[in-house]
Amino acid sequence: MRFVRLSHGSGGEETNELLSELLFSRVPEAMKRVPGGLGIDLPDDGAVIPAKDGFFVVSTDSYTVNPPFFPGGNIGMLAATGSINDVVVMGAKPIAGLDSVIVEEGFPIEDLETILGSLVDVFKKEGVALVGGDFKVMPKGGIDRIVITTTVLGIAERPIVDLPKEGDRLVVTDFVGDHGAVIMMLQMGLGNAEELKCGMLKSDAKPLTPLLPVIEAHSGQINAARDITRGGLGGVLNDWARNSETVLVVEGNLPIREPVRRYSEMLGIDPIYLASEGAALFSVKAEAAQDFVEDLRKHGFENARIIGEVRKSEKYRGYVLMKTVVGGFRVVEPPRGELVPRIC
Amino acid sequence: MVMGKEEKSGTRQIEGLERVFRNNAELAKMLVGYIGKFYNRLKNDFGTFKIMDFCGTHEWTITHYGLRSLMPEGLELVAGPGCPVCVTPSHYIQSALKLGFEGVVVYTYGDVFRLPSLKRVNGAGSLAEAKALGADVRIVTGIADAIADARSHGKDAVFLGIGFETVASGYAQALIRGLLPDNLKLMSLVKLTPPAMLATVEILAKERSAVKGIIAPGHVSTITGAKAWKPVADRLGIPVVVTGFEPIDVLIAIAEALKQLVRNEAKVSIEYTRAVSWEGDLKAQEMIAEAFRVVEDAWRGIGFLPESGLRISESYSSCDAFREYGIPEIAPEYCQEDLPKGCKCAEIVIGKEKPTNCPLFMKKCRPSSPVGPCMVSLEGTCAIWARFGADGLADRIAEDLDLR
Repeated sequence: MRFVRLSHGSGGEETNELLSELLFSRVPEAMKRVPGGLGIDLPDDGAVIPAKDGFFVVSTDSYTVNPPFFPGGNIGMLAATGSINDVVVMGAKPIAGLDSVIVEEGFPIEDLETILGSLVDVFKKEGVALVGGDFKVMPKGGIDRIVITTTVLGIAERPIVDLPKEGDRLVVTDFVGDHGAVIMMLQMGLGNAEELKCGMLKSDAKPLTPLLPVIEAHSGQINAARDITRGGLGGVLNDWARNSETVLVVEGNLPIREPVRRYSEMLGIDPIYLASEGAALFSVKAEAAQDFVEDLRKHGFENARIIGEVRKSEKYRGYVLMKTVVGGFRVVEPPRGELVPRIC
Repeated sequence: MVMGKEEKSGTRQIEGLERVFRNNAELAKMLVGYIGKFYNRLKNDFGTFKIMDFCGTHEWTITHYGLRSLMPEGLELVAGPGCPVCVTPSHYIQSALKLGFEGVVVYTYGDVFRLPSLKRVNGAGSLAEAKALGADVRIVTGIADAIADARSHGKDAVFLGIGFETVASGYAQALIRGLLPDNLKLMSLVKLTPPAMLATVEILAKERSAVKGIIAPGHVSTITGAKAWKPVADRLGIPVVVTGFEPIDVLIAIAEALKQLVRNEAKVSIEYTRAVSWEGDLKAQEMIAEAFRVVEDAWRGIGFLPESGLRISESYSSCDAFREYGIPEIAPEYCQEDLPKGCKCAEIVIGKEKPTNCPLFMKKCRPSSPVGPCMVSLEGTCAIWARFGADGLADRIAEDLDLR
């Protein structure tokens, strides 16, 4: 007998394999999208549905973060932010959202108030109407504290459908891995680390709506955009390389904060696979890339930079190649398995 | 809040170290130049030969930073038995599974959690599966976590103590100070590295491409001291370099080993001087000697090696899970067939085969569904190769794209 393992939910290869087997393979090709749109036929941040003057973009996500409160935020703001960001990186302006909350019996009302308060704050601040939702309670032990699902709808004139092209430059908007590092440290009992206590390291969860004017100004130059969440930068790069049948070449010195690097190393985890919740990766035409970066910096993404390029090879497709800091080469594999600490 | 002065200077120190030992393309280039020069002087006499690392973290550094792609053709970097999870016989995992199903809380490290057992126990082929089937298995990062947790619940519990000398000092301290609560027992499966190093190099001496130099484990040496490797250098007549874990450390170690070979020397030298001394941590050595007894131990895929394992000594036997639960030691006949069919972990663990030569590698045996033990731990050679596309794939792609 086979069992569902935690790694099946990590958003990496195992998730793909399981969902392909149990779900995607059962949906008829024609039913994987609406005519003229995009759906589960192409793995992207959200689905695209043609509308009268443009497109609807819709995205949904469930949030189960342990612990629900963490330096830099909580599960409520994360749930609102996450789905908004999925819509933004499709090049769409988010307009409406729904939320579905399941809470465990015995959960403190005060905590629930804080969580829902910050969820609403994010929607309010971003001008996204909260137009519906659901609320359920499960008996004690039936669920781990709280699960929130959010769905966000946006509108786009020209949605960004991820397909990096040969010659494109890869642009990252910020440091990567902060959110994943914080959560990992809390789970591994490193919550008292000085960097967390003094605020030097916190979750980077934030809405990416300030990207919208930059995306609009460079419309037609962007061949792919994705927010870097589960699976981290390594996950996005591998998805893109596989889908576009290219080789993505990245530099070894990636924008990863020093404490993120250090704690990852200590716990035996490659920070390239750690989630961010407020950073995105773009694939931009080479001639526009430098301008794009400068524009990002002007719009508050001071750490934006080019980290690599898209190449084509006859022989090799779907690989992410890194040129290491000492001049060697290695392949960046897709994320696999639960993130587990090592010993010795 | 702002950071205090101390933290700031700590961060600066780390950044400084990284600049020297990691982000240092210039020094790397120079060292690669030396390695090439030394190798040219050796290749007529030696032909193709190997430098072997003995620590999963070194193998990680070598593949993570693509160091193999910087070596001259004919100089192979291979991994030896440097992963404690890989060399722990399945028998002991099965014993832990059995305890788990009998209601004993089992504490384990993350990578042991997924280690497949050869035989299923109550339908479970690993501690992860046992947990899914209802056994109480908990992942911890060290024995201290297990002690705190076992104290809080009071149920019968066992800590699966897999590791090398590095973890032994922590276990010894816990035993000597009486930190283990009555309900928590330690199943010591600690292995000692020098005997494995001797055995491995001797096996490979009969091969076409012999091991001519050793990158010795830095972490282990902080405890044992570099002196622990002297018998290896003396008996085998090859250089042993105690090495740190940054890419520059490893390149220096390779250059040092080749330099000794050119000069016809076979010494133990310390590259990792910022952490390792000749004598090592004498206090830790003393504690290990008191809390443990040295036994002939079974290495998965290799067999029994004399004086290569630690079990709890008589004075602390009240903490010994082997005694408490009557866990039998592995019988020699089981040691022969300790790996799944087709799995080449036995050869891979001693550096005789590359993971890419195993028929199961990345086919039936993948990080998401490991078959052999070397695919499980992040320190296992197969798992590292699976993660970093070793065996020249990265080189071939770089070549094809004209990136050199």
